[in-house]
Amino acid sequence: MSKEAVITERNPSPATIALSELADQAWGVIASLEMVAEVQNQLMHMGFMPGAPVQALRRAPAGDPTVYAIDGSEVALRRETAGLIFVVPGAPKAGPAPATGERSA
Amino acid sequence: MSCHDTGLGSLAELDPVDVGPTGQRVKGKIRTVVLIGPPNCGKSTLFNRLTGLRQKVANYPGVTVEQHSGRMNGIGRRDLTLIDLPGVYSLNSTSEDARVAVDVLHGRMPGTPAPDAVLLVLDALHLQRQLMLASPILALGLPTLVLLNMADVMAARGGKVDSLALAQELRCPVALISAAHGTNIDTIPAFLQRAEEPAVAPEHAPVVTLPVLQNPVSCRKWSALVSEAASYKQPSSPIWTIRLDKILLHRVWGPLVFLMVVVGVFQVVFGIGQPLNDGLGEILTTAGAHVANLLPDNWLRLLLRDGLWNGVQAVLVFLPQILLLFLFIGILEDSGYLARAALIADRLMRSIGLNGKAFIPLLSAYACAVPAIMATRTIENRRDRLATILVAPFMTCSARLPIYTLIIAAFIPNKNVIGSLIGLRACVMLGLYVLGFLAALGTARLLKSSVLKASSAPFILELPQYRWPTFHSLGLRLYDRGMLFLKKAGTIILGVTFILWVLSIVPISFSGNTGAHFSDLADSVIGRLGHFIEPIIHPLGFNWKIGIGLLSSIVAREVIVGTLGTLYGADPLTHSEGLQAALRHDMTLGGAIALVVFFAFAMQCTSTLAVVRRETNSWKWPLVQFCYMSGLAYLAALVTNQLFLHIF
Repeated sequence: MSKEAVITERNPSPATIALSELADQAWGVIASLEMVAEVQNQLMHMGFMPGAPVQALRRAPAGDPTVYAIDGSEVALRRETAGLIFVVPGAPKAGPAPATGERSA
Repeated sequence: MSCHDTGLGSLAELDPVDVGPTGQRVKGKIRTVVLIGPPNCGKSTLFNRLTGLRQKVANYPGVTVEQHSGRMNGIGRRDLTLIDLPGVYSLNSTSEDARVAVDVLHGRMPGTPAPDAVLLVLDALHLQRQLMLASPILALGLPTLVLLNMADVMAARGGKVDSLALAQELRCPVALISAAHGTNIDTIPAFLQRAEEPAVAPEHAPVVTLPVLQNPVSCRKWSALVSEAASYKQPSSPIWTIRLDKILLHRVWGPLVFLMVVVGVFQVVFGIGQPLNDGLGEILTTAGAHVANLLPDNWLRLLLRDGLWNGVQAVLVFLPQILLLFLFIGILEDSGYLARAALIADRLMRSIGLNGKAFIPLLSAYACAVPAIMATRTIENRRDRLATILVAPFMTCSARLPIYTLIIAAFIPNKNVIGSLIGLRACVMLGLYVLGFLAALGTARLLKSSVLKASSAPFILELPQYRWPTFHSLGLRLYDRGMLFLKKAGTIILGVTFILWVLSIVPISFSGNTGAHFSDLADSVIGRLGHFIEPIIHPLGFNWKIGIGLLSSIVAREVIVGTLGTLYGADPLTHSEGLQAALRHDMTLGGAIALVVFFAFAMQCTSTLAVVRRETNSWKWPLVQFCYMSGLAYLAALVTNQLFLHIF
C-alpha cells in the first residue's frame, strides 16, 4: 500500500516526524500536536501529551488505522489523524514502562 | 460486603466531613447526586448498580444528549436521585456532552435540579490521565467522592495507590471500588450520609491546590504530582489482551475471526431472530382471533382486533430480534471485541464515508432497520451516527422480501442465465439487494459532502482490555433496550397503525337497524386517496390498486401483499397463484419492476421512522428521511418504467 503524503508543511521542527511515519514497534516522544483545539484537547486527555512516549504497536489488517501504545493504554488512530501529531523518533531516555508484555519486567 | 475485608482502601479510614475545597458548604438535605467520569471508566455499570432497574431516560432540552437518571434504590436511598452525566475528558470542551455536563453541574440545566453532591468515577488503571478530570470537578466546590473503579484489576496486575494519601491531596474522600463486582459500593451511602450531617467545619479548612489554568498541560502536570504524592504505581500491561490481540488483530487470522463473528451476527438476527419474530406474530394473531371470537360480531370487535390488536402486534413482533441483536452486541461490546471489529472494518467503512463502528449496525439492517438504528449507539461521533441512521433503511430488510417474492414469481420467468449457472429470478433478487446497497452508499457520500460535511472529527478508537461480560450487565442492557423500544417507539407505531386503520374503514355509514357499517377498503378514505393519487403514480406504471397498497404499506412494507390480496379478491397465502395471475393481467412488466424498485428505496416503515425519531430526538430527521427516500423511490420507479416503455 502506498503511503499517503504527510503534511510536511505543518511539521514544526526538522528533528521530528509525523506519528503516522513511525515504523512498526518503534518508539517516539511526542513533540507537538498540530490540529484544531477541540481534537487536540481530546487527544491530550487520552495521553497524547507533548513529552509522552508513544509506540506504534500494530497496524489494522488493512494497514490503517494503527494502534498506538500511549500512557498505559492502546488507542487506534487513522493515518490522517496520526499525521498531525509530531514525534521525535527513538526510545525515551527516562525509560517509561513499555506497553508491550514482552518488554515489561 | 465490608470495607475492610477486601484489602482495598476504604472511606472509613478518613474523615469525609470537610469535603469541598472551599470548606464552606451549607450542610443539609441531599436530593440530587450526579455521577461523572471520563469515557470508558465503568460509570454506566456503577450507575446501573446504584439505581437498579428503575431508570428514567430523557433528552436534555435542545440537544441529542440523553439523560439517564434514577432513584438510588441499589443502595437503599430511594429519596435520592442520581443523574448519570455523559462521559467527558474535560469540562472546557465545546462538545455537546461537555456543555451538558457543565450546565448540569452548575445547576443551569432547565428542568434538572442543581446537584448537591458529586460522585467522580475514575479508572484506577490509568489514574494519572483520569485524574485530569478531578481538577475542574473539585474546583466546583461541591461535596465530592472520588471512586477509583476497577481497583481489583489494578491490584491483580500489581498496581498500587495510597487512597488515604490521595484523599489528603484532593481534600475529599477517595474509595477503591469495583463497579462490576460491587466491591466497596457501601462507601457511597456512607459518604452521602456524612455529607448530610451538620457541618463542624473548622474556620480555615485546608484548601486543595488546583492548577491555575484549566488546560490539558497544566492539568496533567497537576495530576502527575498528585499521583506521585499518592504513590501511584501503574499496573502492568494486560497480558491476556496482548496475547489475544496478536491473534484477533493478526493480518490473516484477524479478518477470518471477524468474518466468523459477522456471519454469526447475521445468523442470529436473520436466521434465529426472524423465525422468532414470525412465530410470535403467528401466536399473537391466533390469540387475537381467539379472543375476538369470544366478542360479539360488531364494530367493537373490529376496533379491538383490526385497529388495536394489530398495532400491538406490529410493536411486539420486533422484540425477539431486537433483544437477540442487543444480546449479541452486548457480548461483543462488554468483552472488548467490538472495538477490534471496528478497527478491522474501518478501512472498508471509510471508503463509503462512515467509520468502522457503523459496520455491525449496517449489517443488522439487512434483517431489520429498527434494531440496526438502535445499535448505532455504539458510534460516539454524533455525525457519523446520524449518517449511519440515515443510510441503514436502504439495506434490504426482511420486510421487503414478501413483495419482492410476489412480483418476481409473477413476472420473472423461471429460467437460467449465464449458461444455466444462476436463475434469472435469483439474479433479479440479487440485483435488488445491490440496488439497496448502492443507494446506501450514494446517500452516505451525499451526506458527507453536504449536510454532515463538518464531520471532520477524527476517528479515535480506544481499545479496551478484554473482559468477561457479566450476566448482570447484559441483563440490564437488554431490559433497558427492550423497555426503550416498547415505550418510546411502541406508542408511535401503535398510534400510526390505528390511524391508518381508521382511515381504511371511514366513512362509516349508519343504517337504521343493523347499526354502523364500515366502508370496504376500496371505498374508504385510503381507497379514495388511492384513486386520487393515480394520476401521480400512473407514469410509474401503477394503477389505483397499487396506489392503495402503497398508502396502506406506510405502516410496514409487507402490508402491501395483504392489501393487494384484498383488492384483487384473492388471499395471498392460499391463492398466491391467483394474485400473481391478477397482477400479470393488471400490470406491465415495466410497472412491476418499477414497483420493486420503488420498494427498494421507499421508507415504507412506521417503526423505523419512530425509532429514528426516538434516537435523534427530533421529528426533523425522520421527516427528511421519509421525503428523501420517497422522492428517490418515485424517481427511480419513474425512470425504470419509462425505460421499459421506450426500450422494450
